[in-house]
Amino acid sequence: MKTSLPLKILNVIGLIIMVAIFAMPFIWMISTSLKTLGETMVFPPKWIPDELIWENFISAWNSGPFLQYFMNSVLVSVGILIFQFITVIPAAYAFARYEFRFKNVLFSLVMVTMMIPAQLIFLPVFLNLSDWGLLDTLWGLILPFATSAFGIFMLRQTFKQVPEELLEAARLDNSTDFKIMMKIMVPMAKPTLITLGLFNFITHWNDYFWPLVMTTTESARTLPVGIAQLRQVDGGVAWNILMAGNVILVIPILIIFFFAQRHIIRAFTYTGVK
Amino acid sequence: MAKIQLKNVSKAYGNNKKVIEDMNLDIQDGSFTVLVGPSGCGKSTTLRIIAGLEDVSAGEIWIGDQLVNDVAPGKRGISMVFQNYALYPTMSVRGNIEFGLENMKIPKAERKKMVEEIAEIVDLTEYLDKKPQNLSGGQRQRVALARAMVKKPDVFIFDEPLSNLDAKLRGQMRTELIQLHKRLGTTFIYVTHDQVEAMSMGDEIVILDKGHIMQQAAPMEVYHNPANQFVANFIGTPSMNILSKSMVEEKTGTITDERISYVGFRPEHAAMQVEKLAASGINLSCEIITMETLGSETLYLVNSDAGQFQVKSFQAPLVETKKVDITIPMDKLYYFDTQGNRVFVEDIPFQTPAREVRGEVLV
Repeated sequence: MKTSLPLKILNVIGLIIMVAIFAMPFIWMISTSLKTLGETMVFPPKWIPDELIWENFISAWNSGPFLQYFMNSVLVSVGILIFQFITVIPAAYAFARYEFRFKNVLFSLVMVTMMIPAQLIFLPVFLNLSDWGLLDTLWGLILPFATSAFGIFMLRQTFKQVPEELLEAARLDNSTDFKIMMKIMVPMAKPTLITLGLFNFITHWNDYFWPLVMTTTESARTLPVGIAQLRQVDGGVAWNILMAGNVILVIPILIIFFFAQRHIIRAFTYTGVK
Repeated sequence: MAKIQLKNVSKAYGNNKKVIEDMNLDIQDGSFTVLVGPSGCGKSTTLRIIAGLEDVSAGEIWIGDQLVNDVAPGKRGISMVFQNYALYPTMSVRGNIEFGLENMKIPKAERKKMVEEIAEIVDLTEYLDKKPQNLSGGQRQRVALARAMVKKPDVFIFDEPLSNLDAKLRGQMRTELIQLHKRLGTTFIYVTHDQVEAMSMGDEIVILDKGHIMQQAAPMEVYHNPANQFVANFIGTPSMNILSKSMVEEKTGTITDERISYVGFRPEHAAMQVEKLAASGINLSCEIITMETLGSETLYLVNSDAGQFQVKSFQAPLVETKKVDITIPMDKLYYFDTQGNRVFVEDIPFQTPAREVRGEVLV
């Protein structure tokens, strides 16, 4: 299709505006993280600092037990990921491929959980975990997210698209259900699984609310909570240090996203082979 | 190797609609049996019941000396080749062939040897580490075949395996499958809706319609001796011409056998000549409506007082001619009753002798 020149220009301008809106906070964060504290306050704001203060990152890192926070974040995010895969894959397989009593009722129940806001259930869950003595532990951060209704829903859709003949072929090859699931279904659902994993990882890496509620000491605190605490330094907020902390927070996600991008796109275009 | 028996097998889906009703089927050990019939006749269901992919509502399935109703598909000693090949897309060719062996707990070294042997046979050695999506249709077909063969099953099952191939490759695979059957001597069960495939490949044909077996016999027997009108119609291209009793009687005189209500004949048995002829049989003067030249033969659709029918001729096509005389020899006629079942007669069941009939017609 041919587009006229004015339309093209309009299109490009529109795109530039979109990019600016999305990229500006990000660029502002990086820029601030490299300024002196004084420079963060000047007006009109400066986009490029006179001098790049890389020491901000070291100050941020050293202003608390950030290695601990970082490790906690990794353990919690990866822990949730592993637990979710363990629970979501078999559940999705069963919902996609088995016929059993109350299947639709059970599946509806799973779906309903997606509609309940987290704020509504955080108190009972908190009390529950408190009874089990899991407050201020990493388990308390992992277990409430050990499964995902959205994950079950999405993976079920993918599993449903696998041609029935493949499963029949596997059954004739004397394969167990577990093996069908792991050797045929899961490899075929790889793009979906990667997307789910990524989505999950980002959500829980960035999660602030639950770790804030659940943790009282630095032993179980995660990065977002730790970084938020950078604000509570004496006498005003050191924006440059805070932003340096934020950059540290997003770098792992950027790296992962960079490598997984290809798969995310594929997740929405995968059609399978006849 | 094993023979297969279905005893009083019925299959109904949820809403009580019976796909297969009280079927008794014997498939001989080492035979190449083709199940053929129009869509929805239950041939694929029958196949899937044998493979164990469908449960039966009633009846027994025997493979060899074993009642297999409750035996899992993987433990029936069956290999199946699917219409769409059903290759595991995320595994290499090697992985595809090896998967069944892995599940049979065959040691790795032995597996490797078996896979390589089979790859040699089907000429896939250089493709062993490729993924199925990088192969052509014919190659995928051979992978599916290799995957089935490597398990050394008692029974091979084919569910319309050639329908996704182009005409030339299909012909080639047909010959290869026949050779394969000769070499292995294993029982082959083959489902197709294509009667040419059925005729050319099987040593036994089972013709199904609406979940019932219409006839089970050798290909030529089915062709020359159809048990009923359905089989007569289904087997043969073009299918058998069927004329109603009353139309024929106008030409031949009363049919003496009361059971007969339809008379049929094969298009190639009708002799066509421009000149009037002196053969014994039903003579009809006809008008050619359409003509299809197929090279070695020509198909005519003709109109006569007895109705429209088709004629196959191996003579040079009659391009200019419009009117022809056609003779159908008496001994090439088939008779059917009102239900379409074959009526076997000792003599020619016409009141007037054939000679006089001809005289009448020629007036």
